Amino acid sequence: MGVLAPGWHSFQGWLTVYRRIWRSSIWSSVLGPLFYLGAMGFGLGTLVDRHGTAVLGGVSYLDFVAPAILASSVMNTAMGEASYPVFGSVKWNKIYIAAQASPLRPADIFRGHLTFMTMRITMNAALITVFMYAFGATRSAWGVLAWPAATLTGLAFAAPIAAWAVLVRNEAAFSYVFRFVMMPLMLFSGTFFPVSQLPGWLRPLAYATPLWHGVALCRALSLGQPHLLAALGHIAYLAVLAAAGIWAGARTYTRRLYV
Amino acid sequence: MSYAAGSLNRVSGNDVLVRARGLTKQFDGFTAVDGIDFDLYHGEAFGFLGPNGAGKSSTMRMISCVSPPTSGELTILGLDPVRDGSAIRARLGVVPQEDTLDVELTVRENLLVYGRYFGLPRRLIRERTDSLLDFVQLSDRARDKVDPLSGGLKRRLTIARSLINEPDILILDEPTTGLDPQARHVVWDRLFRLKQRGVTLILTTHYMDEAEQLCDRLVVMDHGRFAAEGSPRELIERYCTPEVLELRFDPELHDSAADKLKDFGAERAEVLADRILLYVTDGDAALASVRDGGLEPLTSLVRRGTLEDVFLRLTGRRLED
Repeated sequence: MGVLAPGWHSFQGWLTVYRRIWRSSIWSSVLGPLFYLGAMGFGLGTLVDRHGTAVLGGVSYLDFVAPAILASSVMNTAMGEASYPVFGSVKWNKIYIAAQASPLRPADIFRGHLTFMTMRITMNAALITVFMYAFGATRSAWGVLAWPAATLTGLAFAAPIAAWAVLVRNEAAFSYVFRFVMMPLMLFSGTFFPVSQLPGWLRPLAYATPLWHGVALCRALSLGQPHLLAALGHIAYLAVLAAAGIWAGARTYTRRLYV
Repeated sequence: MSYAAGSLNRVSGNDVLVRARGLTKQFDGFTAVDGIDFDLYHGEAFGFLGPNGAGKSSTMRMISCVSPPTSGELTILGLDPVRDGSAIRARLGVVPQEDTLDVELTVRENLLVYGRYFGLPRRLIRERTDSLLDFVQLSDRARDKVDPLSGGLKRRLTIARSLINEPDILILDEPTTGLDPQARHVVWDRLFRLKQRGVTLILTTHYMDEAEQLCDRLVVMDHGRFAAEGSPRELIERYCTPEVLELRFDPELHDSAADKLKDFGAERAEVLADRILLYVTDGDAALASVRDGGLEPLTSLVRRGTLEDVFLRLTGRRLED
């Protein structure tokens, strides 16, 4: 048995479950970003474009906001997949507890579930990337790379969140994270307006957040303005975060399950 | 089902499958298992009998290789559970105390997912699923979702699932807790058949009838230690009299009757909140002499000594308290 095989077996378990529920999950994955693109891109966009788009770098508001909707949607997918499902696998449906009695080790259980989360993230990222093309919001051939960029952004959230969620004893913790971490990130990471509009003292904070890096990377690609060094910086930041989460998860899962 | 043959080929004769010496488990300074020693032999049904909190489940978790011992020695199938946990678990079947079935999935899918955890090929899982569902009498529910199944059916499915890897040892933590009497008897019947096929069983229970029905050998566990060890019959012979006379008095007279009966000459008397138990050789004769002594119980019952009495004797408490 190879090193990765056990994690793959656990991933197949998640796939079996997903085959049962994908129909319901696909609607929330499709409709959420579609509403955002419609409301922000066209509704708000018409208003913004009328007042000049110099501050957006001369692109239409739809073009500006679409890659940000991509990045923040995958963040939400990551949060959704890595919070309650992880907690519930210990406390509610006990999927982890069942898996633990098999040869799978806690680290295998973590990697298998994270693989499934990554699959969900990359599916949603692909969907939204297609919408962006359909709405004419992608201005460059580089735009197709926004898909893997968004997947990396999602993984940079999913891995650390899952590593933390497995330790959570009270599920109320998740609603705090949704309200006080995810919400501000979604609003102030250069998503709906450029970070340059924030007060000067707040800007460094925005630059430090993972979502800003995800948004900046996806936007540079879909607008066709990638600066190699900046892009590498964003990728490195997100990759380090994902790697740290993967490293931590193997440990936190062991701490929680192997007691 | 080719189950027994497969199992017997891998482990032979009087092998010790599990060996524990000074096995200890502590949680934040609380000692759940306090230095226990035991050897578990191939083909036997070994029971841990004790009340809630006695340390049974902690012991099971250590044997299941999902909980590292705090100290002491533990060897399972000749391997070290900390270093070789994964390899050992590949040869164990576990029926946990609380069901861990995926209720979103069908009966069959539950076995498929679980079999894949063991890295078994799909074809083999399908074959085994057929015979296992047949064995636990769930074949007609194979395509149904698990959610609406009754507690008894879920338990049988959990047992089928635990056998998907044809384990050398089947570990059952309170296999019939929470089931109605009829469902319990079906589970006992299936476990008894497994035992007949040579499957080694380790089980915990706080039901004395379960222990008496299924266990060749058992330990009475209390406060993380073994209070006694032996076959159900040996334990009853050693710690109990052949018969027990249960007397129930008018609550007003309970205490005074208890005082008088202490010096009655029974080998031992236990005063419970609602009853007085006299441990005697001949229950009917004892009842006659209680009446001769001027005490008239509301109800009386002469019965054989049981493991419940053994437990009461050893710990001063009742099992299901």
